[in-house]
Amino acid sequence: MLYWASLSLMRHTRSFYGKLILTPTIVLLLLWIIIPLSLTVYFSFQSYNMLDGSPTGYAGWMNYDFFIFDEAFYDAILNTFLIVLSLLLITVIFGFLFATLLNSDIFLPNFVKLLYISPFLIIPSVSALLWKNLMMDPINGFITFILNMLNFEGIDFLNEYPLGSIIAMLAWTWVPFSTLLILTSLKSVDKTILESAKIDGANPFQISLLVILPNILRSINVVILIETIFFLAVFAEISIATNGGPGTETTNLPFLIFQKGLQNFDVGESSAGGLIAVILANFVAIFLIKIMSKNI
Amino acid sequence: MILKIIVNIITWSIGILLFFPIFWMFITSFKTEMEAIKFPPSFIFNFTLSNYFEIQERSNYFKYAVNSITISLGSTFLAILLSIPVSWSLAFIKNKYKDFILLWILSTKMMPAVGVLVPMYIIFRDIKLMDTLTGMIIILTLTNLPILVWLLYNYFVEIPYEIVESSQIDGATIYSEITHIILPLSLPGISSAFLLSVILCWNEAFWTLMLTSTNSAPLSVFIASFSSPEGLFWAKLSAASVMAILPIMILGWFSQKQLVAGLTFGAIK
Amino acid sequence: MKNLILMLTFITFSFTVFAEKLTIVSVNNGDMVRMQKLSSDFTNKNPGIELDFQFMEENVLRQKVTLDITNKGGAYDIMTIGMYEAPMWGEKGWLVPMNDLPSKFDIDDILPAVRNGLSHDGVLYASPFYGESSFTMYRVDLFAEKGLIMPDKPTWGEIYKFAKALHNPPEVNGICLRGKPGWGENAAFIGTVANAFGARWVDDKWNPQLTGPAWTHAVSFYVDLVQNYGPKGAPNNGFNENLKLFNQGKCAMWIDATVAASFVTNKEESTVYNKVNFALAPSAVTEKGGWLWSWAIAIPAGTQKEAAAKKFIMWATSKDYIKLVAEKHGWSNVPPGTRTSTYTNAMYLNNAPFARLTLGAMKAADPSMNGTLKPKPYIGVQFMTIPEFQAIGTEAGRQFSAALAGRKSVNDALKSANKSAYKLLKKGGYIK
Repeated sequence: MLYWASLSLMRHTRSFYGKLILTPTIVLLLLWIIIPLSLTVYFSFQSYNMLDGSPTGYAGWMNYDFFIFDEAFYDAILNTFLIVLSLLLITVIFGFLFATLLNSDIFLPNFVKLLYISPFLIIPSVSALLWKNLMMDPINGFITFILNMLNFEGIDFLNEYPLGSIIAMLAWTWVPFSTLLILTSLKSVDKTILESAKIDGANPFQISLLVILPNILRSINVVILIETIFFLAVFAEISIATNGGPGTETTNLPFLIFQKGLQNFDVGESSAGGLIAVILANFVAIFLIKIMSKNI
Repeated sequence: MILKIIVNIITWSIGILLFFPIFWMFITSFKTEMEAIKFPPSFIFNFTLSNYFEIQERSNYFKYAVNSITISLGSTFLAILLSIPVSWSLAFIKNKYKDFILLWILSTKMMPAVGVLVPMYIIFRDIKLMDTLTGMIIILTLTNLPILVWLLYNYFVEIPYEIVESSQIDGATIYSEITHIILPLSLPGISSAFLLSVILCWNEAFWTLMLTSTNSAPLSVFIASFSSPEGLFWAKLSAASVMAILPIMILGWFSQKQLVAGLTFGAIK
Repeated sequence: MKNLILMLTFITFSFTVFAEKLTIVSVNNGDMVRMQKLSSDFTNKNPGIELDFQFMEENVLRQKVTLDITNKGGAYDIMTIGMYEAPMWGEKGWLVPMNDLPSKFDIDDILPAVRNGLSHDGVLYASPFYGESSFTMYRVDLFAEKGLIMPDKPTWGEIYKFAKALHNPPEVNGICLRGKPGWGENAAFIGTVANAFGARWVDDKWNPQLTGPAWTHAVSFYVDLVQNYGPKGAPNNGFNENLKLFNQGKCAMWIDATVAASFVTNKEESTVYNKVNFALAPSAVTEKGGWLWSWAIAIPAGTQKEAAAKKFIMWATSKDYIKLVAEKHGWSNVPPGTRTSTYTNAMYLNNAPFARLTLGAMKAADPSMNGTLKPKPYIGVQFMTIPEFQAIGTEAGRQFSAALAGRKSVNDALKSANKSAYKLLKKGGYIK
């Protein structure tokens, strides 16, 4: 009797303290959100060009109006989704393939892993410059060099396939990320299940698809979730490689906001844009989580 | 046997392809500016260290590197410290708000940084955290916290509940439950989270650029000094980039070994 | 003896204790980096002042410096700013005025156009470090091969004919021109083309003129010229990319900022260093227009270190500094476009083949309201000195680039650019 009582008490204490542990971090995050956010909300309703020094008057909904009815807004939303979706697809598929390769018996595994992870270690601005100038330049770039060797003309990637080129650059950077995460969870797949599958005569393919995949689904979910957050916020590569162009073909939502905030120095409009971005991103996240909640 | 060789060849080829642009940048750092823009690109050339000397002359690399290391390690340690209890709680303590909390934590990352730039600048200026290592560590901790919470939650949830339960019956406190049971079992996950956080901090080039000037400027600011000036700059930028990723490549190399070590100790079954 | 030692210790101690550290943020162009290399000359002459240089590229610099000065961050004691910011910020009282300067500095020696471009209400707010206009650079060897002669004052029509005759891809492109979107990149350049065709950004009621005949003519001409006789990838080529192409010998002509001259004639960096000659920037309907820009050094108002900062600026923009650069790095590397005395110096004129034309171009550029064919309500040659111009120019630049890349017609591009310019000017209160 006493035993069950003390166990129950322990459980309740544990439950209580366990939940209490959440509070400091949640309070911290709350402060982190609320304080700057309230200023941002305030600015979004003001006329405020940084070059004026301070807000110059109440602007009502003008900033939101200007932002949403900007010619570029629709393209920005479209491009944002295109970028996010294609990158998710590419990084998850290739991440899984690469992780599977790295999980097998490889010569010098640590060294190869370093090679695979290396693109992720480059600062985004350098990576963009690297691809724009060294690789993709239609006259001087290394890719042009290879194409010429194969008797093809150089291709002006950034002007003929702007969005594709940006996506390619980002894929190069982020496939290592998903590879690393998926690899980690591959390593913790139960060895005994694998053994019994092999004994049952399954070939590597089947093992891969039917045994391993279900076990790492949770990992893939996390990869998707985290990557979505980052892909929704891409702007450094765009700003350096194409500056949103040609026209608005590579302008996405964060870049549009960046444009308003740090190129036009319009704090009012960039604040409004930021809030719109938060709302949209939250919808995306809720949607994603609903889809994946069965796997969590 | 043949399969193994084929797999090795494919794996290595892909790795080399992925690494190649960086390798090319590394080679370019030893060329003169004029050599660097030559087409067809030259593989044999006059090797020179002048770019590295020029870099040393212009900026104090050492100061920037130390700042990067301090900020990355500092905020990673802080973020891991803060997120382990949170992830543990969400993974093992019944909580009807769990889904909401997880989503909300993630949502704190959804504001594009530019949108809050001016508010943050004003706040930092007023509470005197502008251009301080502390200020940078705080910001980067808060921006990486959601990622780490999700990652660690994901790894904790994989730990079978029976193990956790048995520790409870043995009368373990929350603290010892975390440190003696959970952590050892999820070491590979925590190592990955650690490495990822360090990389994300290392590459952060918005807050580190906007909220620092001289004292706490990390390598992202160092790089900005060499990118896109008027004139030819490829060789110098390559050299600067090599120096910027050197520390983290070394860290990556060592942490790979840790990862492997963690795996052998962390066999669950 | 003991007293002497005591006194010396006291003096050294007081220097270290009272050593002032000046934080200088600057654009990372070659001339500025050279200034850092030579800065020991300053610190030797001014013990007790320490210098801490921070370099960054133009766009990032502008963001940081604007953020800092408009929010009174106080992170920097000295900053390099351009002819765009100086008058605006001077007017707002954000910069320390450059008056009460010692007569040795000889402020009247500064080129009048440059001085006016950096002043507001007659007060200088930033001391010019280097100045530039634009001109035509061309390959004498290629011209000679085809028996062509470049006149001193070419017109755009002549340039078009030359480009057509010399275009021989992939070895040589007829002409290389900026296409990269940006108010300081392609928009600035195309702005000068438009000026030459008699255009202005807005009329006297601030209505944007981008869909008018002059602009339409100019942009159509530009797109036609570059699409047919320009290099592949032009819509993404800025100053640096064109410099790279020219130095590799891939451009028969390049029209851009005069500061390019020292790069293309540099033996270390250019394969065609001895095959280049210069002419004025092309005119069309009018010779007015051109290009005027200067990078200058300024002090944010409210600084505690005004005296020391002024001393540094005196040093960096003085005649002595110019002589110092000549001594250590050669006359062709001297910061151009700031002082009349530089251009009356025989050594300079002999060692810098581009000097005379640079001066000519700079003298012709007139930022005042009479500087274009029809008078304009704004100051500035290839830009408008209003806060909204960065947005207007960059948006226009984006549209021009799209037209050049063939993604939309010139007329559509101009319509979009004009519409957004109108919105911005309305939002800024210029259009009632």
